[in-house]
Amino acid sequence: MASIKMRANIDGDVTTIKALISHPMETGLMKDSKTGEKIPAHFIQEVVCEHKGNTVLTANWGPAISKNPYLSFRFTGGAAGDTVKLSWVDNKGEKDSAETTIK
Amino acid sequence: MTSIKRRTFLKGSLATGAIGMAVSTGLLTPRMSFAAWSKEAFDATDVNGALSALFGSSDLEGSDKIKIKAPDIAENGSVVPVSVTTDIGGADSISIIAEKNANPLAASFMIGPGTEGYVSTRIKMGKTASVIAVVKAGGKLYSTGKEVKVTIGGCGG
Repeated sequence: MASIKMRANIDGDVTTIKALISHPMETGLMKDSKTGEKIPAHFIQEVVCEHKGNTVLTANWGPAISKNPYLSFRFTGGAAGDTVKLSWVDNKGEKDSAETTIK
Repeated sequence: MTSIKRRTFLKGSLATGAIGMAVSTGLLTPRMSFAAWSKEAFDATDVNGALSALFGSSDLEGSDKIKIKAPDIAENGSVVPVSVTTDIGGADSISIIAEKNANPLAASFMIGPGTEGYVSTRIKMGKTASVIAVVKAGGKLYSTGKEVKVTIGGCGG
């Protein structure tokens, strides 16, 4: 499952991560327009980014993050060719991860 | 058939309501650290409740070392780009709060020692409100806010 599109670009000492995740991010407040029943909440709760076994960022998200979430951040200590791993878990226990190399 | 479904649905929503009550009346104790996803914080219905559940304190100190980049007017409240940059040294976390959302806390980012004080994401906003960025550094909470006008809300309905 490829739910994550990710890029890691290095400029000098600073690596910039940009990631897009495909996910509905349902708040649990929306109603189905046909049946009128509420659509159950379904959203990513945690996103973790690791570089060489170190966690560089942990994001805790609520349903107020937009559908198909975008995330960007920067860290130092990376080098071109290093692997960066991003993984997410949602409130239903579904998960996915992806790896990319710093360019 | 439909009426039975409706009945179970109502029961379900009553049960969740009870949990919400327990949180707001303080029956569930707020967690001091927040390595794990904090249900209390994300279910809190006001800013102070969310901060207390997340940090164990809601004392904010205004800071000009935090910058929020967000549009002045968001035409579509379901996609509001928000970037937070901070120069505060040794920041542990950056949290983004939409003041008037039903559950104000949108996201909380724990940043590692080598990670810069910068995060960018997109949030949903129900109506015109302040976007508040809270940075935790050295056990203190610093914050700044920015008003975002929302033309069409993006939180259900």
